[in-house]
Amino acid sequence: MAAGVCSRGGARPRPGGAVNGRLAVALAIKEIVRNKGRFASIAAIIALITTLVLFLSGLGEGLALGNRQYVSGLDADLLVYQDTADLQIAASQFDRSSVASVRRVDGVADVGAIAFASTVVEPSSRRSAGADAAGLRVSLIGVEPGRPGDPRVLQGPGFTSASGNEVVLGRQAALRSGLKVGDVLTLRSTQGAVDESYDLRVVGITGGQQYQIAPAVLVPLITFERVKPKANLQDDPRRLLFNVVAVKGVPGLARDALAARIEGQVRGVRAVDLTTAYQNIPGYTAQQSTLNTQSGFTLIIGILVVGGFFQIQTLQKLGQIGMLKAIGASNALVASETVLQIVLINLAGVLAGTLGTAALAATFPATVPIVFQLGNVATALVGLLVIGPLGGLVALRAALRVEPLRALGLGR
Amino acid sequence: MSRGRGRDTQEGRARGAAVADAEPRPGTSGAPRGAGRSGAEHDGPALVAEGLRKTYQLGPQTIAAVDGVSLTLARGEFVALVGPSGSGKTSILAMLAGLLRPTEGHVRIAGEELGELPDRRLAAFRRRNIGFTFQQNNLVPYLTVFENVTLMLSLNGRFDAAGARRARELLDRLGLGDRLRSLPSQLSGGQQQRVAIARALIHQPAVVLADEPTASLDTERAHQVVDTFADLIHHDRRAGIMVTHDLRMCRVVDRVIVLRDGAVERTLEDPDAIARFADGALA
Repeated sequence: MAAGVCSRGGARPRPGGAVNGRLAVALAIKEIVRNKGRFASIAAIIALITTLVLFLSGLGEGLALGNRQYVSGLDADLLVYQDTADLQIAASQFDRSSVASVRRVDGVADVGAIAFASTVVEPSSRRSAGADAAGLRVSLIGVEPGRPGDPRVLQGPGFTSASGNEVVLGRQAALRSGLKVGDVLTLRSTQGAVDESYDLRVVGITGGQQYQIAPAVLVPLITFERVKPKANLQDDPRRLLFNVVAVKGVPGLARDALAARIEGQVRGVRAVDLTTAYQNIPGYTAQQSTLNTQSGFTLIIGILVVGGFFQIQTLQKLGQIGMLKAIGASNALVASETVLQIVLINLAGVLAGTLGTAALAATFPATVPIVFQLGNVATALVGLLVIGPLGGLVALRAALRVEPLRALGLGR
Repeated sequence: MSRGRGRDTQEGRARGAAVADAEPRPGTSGAPRGAGRSGAEHDGPALVAEGLRKTYQLGPQTIAAVDGVSLTLARGEFVALVGPSGSGKTSILAMLAGLLRPTEGHVRIAGEELGELPDRRLAAFRRRNIGFTFQQNNLVPYLTVFENVTLMLSLNGRFDAAGARRARELLDRLGLGDRLRSLPSQLSGGQQQRVAIARALIHQPAVVLADEPTASLDTERAHQVVDTFADLIHHDRRAGIMVTHDLRMCRVVDRVIVLRDGAVERTLEDPDAIARFADGALA
């Protein structure tokens, strides 16, 4: 038996909200189902916009994480720089006495000196499939074992001494090198004009650790001083130099207050929280601004494109809408149907785009710095779910402005 | 073919600008008024229009598209509005449907004064008391034949088993019983017009208005559509008004109102005169 547009039991007329709502749903769904091609093409455009937005968001987060992951994940409240370094880690240098001065400040619970360099893991120590012969560029980070700056290991015993030939790998370094706990890693490091190789035993693997878009490998500070690339071999190898000091405050003490105390009591230092620290990593803020601008523009373009599609569709239906109004369909019914269609198609497009992005991302190699963080993805998805209705507002206005007179070839 | 000629034709005749009779009968004036009242409950004329005038401002000039037209329609009466382009046919139809507010004059359908209804109630009034067929965009393209017809019941919150049965019967009578699940795009122009006629009548409105229902049809199909329309109007005792430029279609109506320059030029009521008019002899 053929079914009506909106079946309901009972014969008593009950115009208004309930009937209008059910009829709007029925009309919206029937139009979508019986014009699959047209609506699928709109949903496909929305899916592509979704993919673009999610990839930009993932790329932004991936690059951001690649720059800041080690610093933002520090088990510390503050990072102390040499005050003339303008919060640039590479430009900041301390010696032992400065670290001791910071440690003596009232309210400081613990400190850890940290040093950074860039080096290469020799291909011979890489076991991952497809590893090339060029070596894996890594951020070499010297830390004081057991102090702030030394991350918690997830596998392996961790450092057993403050000066051993030991290395802890960040998750990305472990993945990309194929090394496991107990393996020997060979670091290639330029000493003066000569490349030297250093064998280090892998004693632990931590969570994600990256710095300046390179996977991190961590060594004890004394080992760091020995294996780090050096331009001048005349330097006294016993004179340890660090870039920054990670500071952990006593519980309950505000970071600002602690920073003020350190800056007040130790000459020539500047103490900032971790957010300020990673925002000052060279290129970080500019990179994020660029990607955020791209995401913003993509969303705006998305609104215009989706709005344009719905507008064209509504313009094609003006005669039909006029006819519906002439036979007594209310503006509420027309508006409900229009909005419902926009929401449904947008939802389908965003869902398809999200699934497509997930499927596509699964095929990417680990070298692609793309990270889908729940909060960022949720924000992007909410934005995408809003763009459809926003874009459709123009179409809705056009639908509401149609005069029933149009059915008779009069009116607009 | 029934043409309704045997019934009382004294009620509801247009006399140019003059209104012949057809005030609501005593007893109906005290009945509750409202957009929800069906035309079937009203005993007076189905439609009364008095002194309809519609003017437009064109720069300093005031153009009268409709100039003092009055007409009264009884239930079961089928009237044709004819005239050349620009004679005001469609404007009159729009005012009778409550789609266009007259500059002067008033329209009363099923005892309800359309001018007193705000826009929202006017829409509700239309969906209960008026049936429409249009020249274009007649059907909802994504609804089947059955859904298009029962749309009027759904709009009125009256779609139920009895309504569905009535829709099937009506479509059977219109020769579309085997096309219930077809989409409009799968039908011929004549079939689409017949679906529109079924939709115009399914909710048992007081008045059925048809704007050029045969404009896009060949002669044979046009006659079929108009014959069917007239049969149903007479059989179901609805008041019907058809705007047409095709004089041949007038042979099935009870009255022909000829318009020129927005005013009634003449009215034909005599069946023989109407037949000769339809044949082109009096045009």
